[in-house]
Amino acid sequence: MTMRNLLLAVNGRDHHVWAAPSASLLDVLHDELGLADVRYGCGEGVCGTCTVLLDGDPVSACLMLAVQAVGHQVVTLQGLMRPGGAMHPIQECFLRLGASQCGFCTPGMVLTALDLVRRCGRPTRDEIRYALVGNLCRCTGYTKILDAVEEYAAVAEPPGGESAAP
Amino acid sequence: MTVVEQPSLTRGEPGTGYRVVGTSPAHHDFVDKVKGSLRYAADWRLPGMLAGRVVRSQVPCARIVSIDVTRARALAGVAAVLIAADVPSNRIVELASGGLAELEVAMPVLATGRVRYLGEPVALIAAASQQIADEAADLVSVEYEELPGVFDVETALADGAPRVHEAGNTLVTWEIHSGEVGTALAAADVVVEGEYRTQHVEHAYLEPEAGVGWVENGVVTLRVSTQVIDHAAAIAGILGLPLSKVRVIAAYMGGGFGGKEDMTVEPYLALLVWHTGRPVRMIWDRQESLLASTKRHPFIMRYRTGARSDGTITGQQVEILGDAGAYPCLSPRVLFAAAALACGPYRVPNARIVSSAVFTNNVPASAFRGFGAMQVVFGYESQMDMIAERLGLSRTEVRERNFLAKGDEIPTGERLATSVEVGESMRRALAMLGEPPQPSGPGKRAGRGVGCNRHPYGRAIWFRDRASAWLTLQADGTMLIRSGITDLGAGQAASLCQIAAEILGVPLDGISIYIGDSALNPPAGGTFATRQLYMSGNAVLKAARELRDRIAPVAAEMLGLPPGELVFADGTVSPRRRPEDVAATVSPSLTLAELAAACERRGVHTSHLSVWRAEAGSFDPRTGQGDTFPDYTYGTHAADVEVDVETGQVTVLRYAACHDVGRAINPMRVQGQLQGGAVQGLGYALTEDLAIEDGYPQSGLFASYLTPNSCDFPDVQVDVIESGEGKGPLGARGIGEPPIGNVAATIASAIHDAIGVRPTQLPMTPERVAALLDGPARRGPGGRDHPG
Repeated sequence: MTMRNLLLAVNGRDHHVWAAPSASLLDVLHDELGLADVRYGCGEGVCGTCTVLLDGDPVSACLMLAVQAVGHQVVTLQGLMRPGGAMHPIQECFLRLGASQCGFCTPGMVLTALDLVRRCGRPTRDEIRYALVGNLCRCTGYTKILDAVEEYAAVAEPPGGESAAP
Repeated sequence: MTVVEQPSLTRGEPGTGYRVVGTSPAHHDFVDKVKGSLRYAADWRLPGMLAGRVVRSQVPCARIVSIDVTRARALAGVAAVLIAADVPSNRIVELASGGLAELEVAMPVLATGRVRYLGEPVALIAAASQQIADEAADLVSVEYEELPGVFDVETALADGAPRVHEAGNTLVTWEIHSGEVGTALAAADVVVEGEYRTQHVEHAYLEPEAGVGWVENGVVTLRVSTQVIDHAAAIAGILGLPLSKVRVIAAYMGGGFGGKEDMTVEPYLALLVWHTGRPVRMIWDRQESLLASTKRHPFIMRYRTGARSDGTITGQQVEILGDAGAYPCLSPRVLFAAAALACGPYRVPNARIVSSAVFTNNVPASAFRGFGAMQVVFGYESQMDMIAERLGLSRTEVRERNFLAKGDEIPTGERLATSVEVGESMRRALAMLGEPPQPSGPGKRAGRGVGCNRHPYGRAIWFRDRASAWLTLQADGTMLIRSGITDLGAGQAASLCQIAAEILGVPLDGISIYIGDSALNPPAGGTFATRQLYMSGNAVLKAARELRDRIAPVAAEMLGLPPGELVFADGTVSPRRRPEDVAATVSPSLTLAELAAACERRGVHTSHLSVWRAEAGSFDPRTGQGDTFPDYTYGTHAADVEVDVETGQVTVLRYAACHDVGRAINPMRVQGQLQGGAVQGLGYALTEDLAIEDGYPQSGLFASYLTPNSCDFPDVQVDVIESGEGKGPLGARGIGEPPIGNVAATIASAIHDAIGVRPTQLPMTPERVAALLDGPARRGPGGRDHPG
């Protein structure tokens, strides 16, 4: 298999990676760049555990080839962390409201929810449910996740505000 | 939209005097989880690491004519291809009930001569990359001669049925008898009969089975996603190594729900590591997990229940058949729990319960949250509803008349030692729903359902369960906890920290806990059977109290007070404050660091290992009498549904759950268990079905397996009773499994209330409900006897 050198922009930094043309974005992020917050869950684009933001839009990294990410900005959950290791306000909400149990779905949930709040400002609870439909959780029953996203939407600045930037 | 009750997050339960227990702090694992920095089993990489892969049978029942691995071995990048002949000891004998009653049937690690289910491991591959391992798997050539198989329990029990194993198709039969059930049913004013059927269910934890193994200092070391590090013994047996040469480390799991209670990747990973001498990572892909991981047992349950005209139950006869699939796994214990709990939270003076696990050529069934005690709730609660209907009583009235109480005898002859708050849980669950539901328009029917349960926590008493914990107060006043506990994601480790903090006064952020290592931690047993808060919680409580009792005299001497007058809290030891002391401006106190230093000077050891033992007892499988489970958790769920009479679609409008948890160590996590269990149960009740036809799964895709998503169900309202009567630490009861149990019965009850016809088969899909509606229900409204 001929490897190709790819230039990937991930979490605000450029990375040169050798990858096969058939390598998924998920495998390159997880195994080559060591981003353990991007997780394999199903490989079908059904569960949402491998969600990343591609130029701000949530996508399933298991359904993309790494080469398709060249020239785009990729943000994973770790990319939300503030200087000094402080958490993003949406992570604080997940923490405070108990929206994580086993934690495996959490990165995908947080990124999808963040995108929703950026687009909609103050989504209704039903709009949050609809936006998270592609991020499965088997532990929480969703109630506390919805609570956390509602709370974040209440404290976040309106769309376009500075605080919404990663 | 329903309102969620928020837990008290800042203070302990009023009146309990606890400072840390009863609060919901964010623990170490919680922070890592929301940062995405937790390292699960697959998130581990070592130099030279190979990718492992299992080659699986593609037919359900066959003789293996030949296996040819030459092409796979020749592929560039392949490090090893192993078959049965390469396994030092190719037999796993799991006597899940401890050998009380089951057949002794061995499961091969790799199939030899025969395959008994589709997906059975046949060969193993280790290669330089996952892609090469996958290519090599396709090059393993297996010639099968297909044999007739059996794919449902009734066929398996018929005369002349093909045998899954030479020893026979009935793995185990449990019988529990009390009183004279024949006489009781003959004399009853009403006898109701029902047959209930349940399906194969997938655990669908979001983290698939995974692990990394390597050899270090001659020790085969596996870091895997598992509920049970004690499998080190089985792995050593397979490899033919002393147990001291195998170490299992459990990573924090991305969910388990019982599916990581049996071994998953461990034996295969261990064999590949041992044969290659190199690190190996094995991750089952989702489709492999769907195909070949263990499932929840499909049950067929036949109930006959007799009652007097006032609703008092006089006798109940129960027959249960569970589809064990092709190998024993934990089926003997699952079907035992089903038998022991078959009568639910009700007084049944005359009972006859027969419960069998039956081999088929389906994928093996084993542990799954609820563990046999769950399927039967659908049976016994449907019977209660039918008695109410036949006698013209309300569903709550019939239940209230028959609820067990502390001191009552259950069919195994045991007496209940702790309080039974099931009636209170029923009143509270129904109260949360509010006004009865109304249909939203023509063609819709609304109904309300209720379902109560009794669920054990802790292992069967005859296993003489024990757990240990090791606490160390360090020189700077911080603390280490070491425990072999594994953490499913429900906060098992965090709860231990809260208990230790409560007793010793170490601030939570000064505690580090090391768990899940068979070499470095004292044994705690696996995380299953809703046993860890009960077992390891008690072990930590005991260790913390013993350590406090050892160091308290040193503090007492330094402060000039009797040891009983000391309070350990907030990192200090200080005198207990009496009301008259409140005005005092300064009271003498010591920091825990000062106390640790004083202990060091006096030669008082500040590290303590303690073992907590559950009560011992025995069960006689011939008489069906004896000791079964240590104690039970009781609860009730209530739901409002709307049924579309054209499509059969069931919409859950409101859902409420209430359980007596004894004491909520962490209220937020307790709520999470209730909400998560209820929604998992809603999937079981309404959508989830891992359909298998003649041994072949009907879909290999996760997209076809309908686990609940964020839009499917309403918020789950929860209420918690704290009776303080549990046998766990500080009066707690276990709550991991119980909240999944009530759901199917609750929804069936609500559907019956809406349409007047009772569902008896799970899941209650639109097709099945529409078929029920094609009966008498279309002609007139149901909706009678609203409970509450």
